[in-house]
Amino acid sequence: MPSSTSLKQPLSGASQKRLDLLVSLAGLLAMLVSMVVLLLLLAGLVVDGGPYLSWKFFTSYPSRFPEAAGILPAWVGTLLVMTVTAVAAIPLGIAAAVHLEEYAPKNWLTDLIEINMANLAGVPSIVYGLLALSLFVYQLRLGQSILTAGLTLALLILPIVVMTTREALRAVPQSIREAAFALGATKWQTIRHHALPAATGGILTGLILALSRAIGESAPLMTIGALSFIAFLPHEPWRPDFPFVSFEWLLDPFTVMPIQMFNWVSRPQEAFHMKAAGAGLVLMAMTLAMNGLAIYLRARHRKRIQW
Amino acid sequence: MVNCPAVPVNSPPAIKAEVKQLSFYYGAAQALRGINLVIAGNQATALIGPSGCGKTTCLRCFNRMHDLYPGNRYDGQIVLYPERVNILDPSIDPLAVRMRIGMVFQKPNPFPKSLYENVAYGLRIRGVNQRSRLDDKVEQALREAALWNEVKDRLHEPAFHLSGGQQQRLCIARALATDPEFLLFDEPCSALDPTATARIEELLADLKQRITILIVTHNMQQAARVSDYTAFMYQGQLIEAGKTETIFTNPANKLTEDYVTGRFG
Repeated sequence: MPSSTSLKQPLSGASQKRLDLLVSLAGLLAMLVSMVVLLLLLAGLVVDGGPYLSWKFFTSYPSRFPEAAGILPAWVGTLLVMTVTAVAAIPLGIAAAVHLEEYAPKNWLTDLIEINMANLAGVPSIVYGLLALSLFVYQLRLGQSILTAGLTLALLILPIVVMTTREALRAVPQSIREAAFALGATKWQTIRHHALPAATGGILTGLILALSRAIGESAPLMTIGALSFIAFLPHEPWRPDFPFVSFEWLLDPFTVMPIQMFNWVSRPQEAFHMKAAGAGLVLMAMTLAMNGLAIYLRARHRKRIQW
Repeated sequence: MVNCPAVPVNSPPAIKAEVKQLSFYYGAAQALRGINLVIAGNQATALIGPSGCGKTTCLRCFNRMHDLYPGNRYDGQIVLYPERVNILDPSIDPLAVRMRIGMVFQKPNPFPKSLYENVAYGLRIRGVNQRSRLDDKVEQALREAALWNEVKDRLHEPAFHLSGGQQQRLCIARALATDPEFLLFDEPCSALDPTATARIEELLADLKQRITILIVTHNMQQAARVSDYTAFMYQGQLIEAGKTETIFTNPANKLTEDYVTGRFG
């Protein structure tokens, strides 16, 4: 039979317990505040922009008349710019990470590169815009084009891609590499057959998070001269005659979703503000879809890989 | 220090490898000091000694694993028979060494792939792609590793579905698939339970009929059970080597005697 005295808390214990409760309440409150703010923002967007989400909204060009205005060039532009960004940043970033993590000797130079890489990831995006303006637009004469925009955003996310890929490669247990080496595999075989496949989940997650950062950028693209009002689409990427693909669109002018939103928000008419909210919802859906894909790929990969 | 060779030169059984004045350095730290040892062919030789004595370091010299990390340096020779080439020579490609000398690690480390692909991997990187040939070799290696009957119906399941002991036998099969002439075992049973350990030990007894075995072990009973020759190491030096029963029953050196009787280590 338990005696009541042995169960009684000493006095200091009781006050410790109260503090514990207080801290957990404070934590709960902090979490609620951030959640509620986010939910309110989302609700605001849905209330304002939701009614405008229609097929016509996606298939119309911008217009002086709010009721006719749509986001066709904006989402097409976003899609094309992101394609260029992905094609440029992904192979370059992964190759750089493989070199730094697997091949480069560990010395002061690689340490310096690592520190700089972390710093580059934190450089404000508008600075990349300035760099791109002088390099891609003025030096290389690529114009204020989809190509320039894609390359600019590729530069912006390259450090993130390199860092997350290195992180993912570093997480592959050394025992797996040693097993491959002990069987007589070369360094490249070990990387190609074991390190990269095992790191794929982490690499994919990093890539998608990097791309979802790029999709929301507007400052660097305005710096290189994205149009904020555009009433035509870029050239089609295919053609009827040989070689059936066309790259003319790369040098076309463009706009993207965030810039379209900015343009609408800065107009006086209330109706345009609602349209901006609608575009915001679409942009958020794009980002959420990408993040969702990242989570799905990571989960699927975790199930497959286990040490 | 007494450096007696495990086998007198020029007498049966044939020599598989001869370690001559082997020293090894991790950067500035010297881990091995002038090791001399003869490894008998188609016999099991055990490396015993307290933690940190350099037995694993010594084992990993045999397949040049130390080459994977910067700052490591070998001094001395390991002469591989019958060619009598010094496999530590910088002109020798470590890949060529690892093609002939396989290794099984302390913790089972199967690749996160299917059982089949685990065993086939060594063959694939040697350019074997013919399905029937791979099938044959995979079956043969799994049989040799006493795993075939347990896994023959689930060759395409992930390797991590196996138990720890089965995983270790899978790693042995993976090493056997490429027909090595020499296998290195780095405390292969330290992560396994007694039943799984017994199965691996039986396996070692079979394997040494045709493969030279060098095994590092913490467990002196294991050394006594599986090995024909035993080498005792202490603080980076080889203290004594010889027939296993001699080392355990009538060691020449006081340190060896203290260690094998459990007075330290």
